[in-house]
Amino acid sequence: MTTKNELIIRMDEIRKVYDTGKVKVEALKGINLEIEKGEMVAIVGPSGSGKSTLMNLVGCLDTPTSGIYEIGGQAVSGVTRDELAEIRNRRVGFVFQAFNLLPHITALENVELPMLFGGVKPHERRERASELLERVGLGDRLDHKPTELSGGQMQRVAIARALAMEPDIVLADEPTGNLDSSAGGDIMSIFTNLWQQGRTLVIITHDPALARRASRVVEIHDGRITSDQATNAAA
Amino acid sequence: MKDVLKQLARDLKAEKLRTFLTIFGIVWGTVAISLMLAFGTGLHKQLIKSTAGLGDRIVIAWPGLTSIPYEGLGKGRRIRIREDDLTAIRGNVPGLKAVSGEYSNNMKVVYGTKTLSVDTSGVVPEFGTMRNMIPQMGGRFIDAVDYNEQRRTVFLGNQLAKDLFGTTPAVGKMINVNQSPFLVVGVLQEKDQDSNYSGPDDQKMFIPSTTFRALTDKKYVDNFVFQAANSDDTKQVIKRVSAALGKRLRFNADDKEALGMWDTTEQFKFFDVFMLAFNAFLGIIGVLTLVVGGIGVSNIMNVVVEERTREIGIKMALGAKQRYILGQFLIETMLVTFLGGAIGFAIALSVCAVFPKLGLSQYVGDPVVSPLVAILTSLALGIVGLIAGYFPARDAARLDPVVAMKL
Repeated sequence: MTTKNELIIRMDEIRKVYDTGKVKVEALKGINLEIEKGEMVAIVGPSGSGKSTLMNLVGCLDTPTSGIYEIGGQAVSGVTRDELAEIRNRRVGFVFQAFNLLPHITALENVELPMLFGGVKPHERRERASELLERVGLGDRLDHKPTELSGGQMQRVAIARALAMEPDIVLADEPTGNLDSSAGGDIMSIFTNLWQQGRTLVIITHDPALARRASRVVEIHDGRITSDQATNAAA
Repeated sequence: MKDVLKQLARDLKAEKLRTFLTIFGIVWGTVAISLMLAFGTGLHKQLIKSTAGLGDRIVIAWPGLTSIPYEGLGKGRRIRIREDDLTAIRGNVPGLKAVSGEYSNNMKVVYGTKTLSVDTSGVVPEFGTMRNMIPQMGGRFIDAVDYNEQRRTVFLGNQLAKDLFGTTPAVGKMINVNQSPFLVVGVLQEKDQDSNYSGPDDQKMFIPSTTFRALTDKKYVDNFVFQAANSDDTKQVIKRVSAALGKRLRFNADDKEALGMWDTTEQFKFFDVFMLAFNAFLGIIGVLTLVVGGIGVSNIMNVVVEERTREIGIKMALGAKQRYILGQFLIETMLVTFLGGAIGFAIALSVCAVFPKLGLSQYVGDPVVSPLVAILTSLALGIVGLIAGYFPARDAARLDPVVAMKL
């Protein structure tokens, strides 16, 4: 990787404290992390390490207690909930462990959803959504509801949805956690393909196989980054 | 908007019982409010109609004994009014539309084998319109020719006509009144009359006052009836009539006993005020019913929010703004409310359509759903829907997407 690449994520001394009134829990104790365009970063760590908190912050689902966080050059602090929603909509594509598709609507409508919130015109939405579903190999499942799809297919719908708004990063949280190894392998391949096409991916995972495919592995323990190294895949 | 409607249709289908209960609550509220106000309006109309049976915003006056000394004359003097006194004020009092003296006596009526004792009034032709004496088809009230030529013609109350003639037509028949033959020229069309001063009109009969005087030698009227050209001016016209007669017959114009007056327009005014209060009362009950219904709707929407929390979380994670979530729930509630309102209104309208067939109209009138009630009801419903939808929607939009998704 060359150092000239555009910085997508910049975190500087990020802290996150959860204040429940009685107890204060410091989930992140000063995270410094930079991710460049085109990287595929795996974030690994045991449960309770602050991984999920970090993912929420990267995904702009939450804001840090202190520190500077910039995504695509845009600072994420002191913004309203609606502005945060807009940043999520335009800059982050989510892939969740539990898929998080809306069960009552078709695959196509699920992929259209972020574009609906992003104000994309209806015919454009439809066109782009079917194109994306075709790309993940579900061209013949456009009108199926999530309940009529297998786990691997659901996750592919979720990936298509994540790409709908051409986000700066695709953020995946244990994307293979609910899948059998064969379906998990398919999903990993899709991620690798996306990376090769120049997308920026951040994957939070327990799965060593998936982490090995990343260009860089960041380990997190007890709210701090303990290791951050490029892998063979980065070559 | 299309997406919202599609989703609404899906939700409503998925939750049939809940949707039914919600809509039922609103339907019930709407039926209650619009029917109550409709019956209120119907009752008002019926009251006016019954009161109008006595006359069309008329004043009835009785001469009595003076109670105030006037120009050297002591009190307790009897005031007697002749026909020429009334002729003198007719056309000389501004704002007075019509006036008729009324001479009353009990007369013996004979037709065939039947003999009846009947309250009989001698009047002028204008009496007919003032007192809402509408003839049945083929008949007429006493007219100017009858009056001027002192004809022996008679107008019968409908009950009296029935007693004398049964179902056979009365017009054109001759009857004997105090041993003189009289021609029946008209029969009263049945009317609702809730008040009277000498028996209900349907049991009375009316003859020209010229004929009455010739028959009985009565010189003075028992009472007289008059009507202002504009009913709003009735108070002033009463004063002018008192003043004019007081000057002619020498009594104080303010003497309430020399000339007792019954202003029936006051009754109409009273009904207006009474019905306004009555409708306000019904309206408040109706609105409360709707509010209670609204609380039910609100509750149900709360449950909906809880059940759909995960969905809301996902949508927010994907970039849905608060107002989208808020809007979705508000529109859902408003549509449910609107649907319930429309159904309720339809039910109320059908009840109003069927009610007259039950035969209670004479007592409580026919319910009428007035446009004003329609507007008020929809307004109240709209507010209920808005309130009922707002709070759950606000709660939904305030959720943290991460927390919401994990539920």
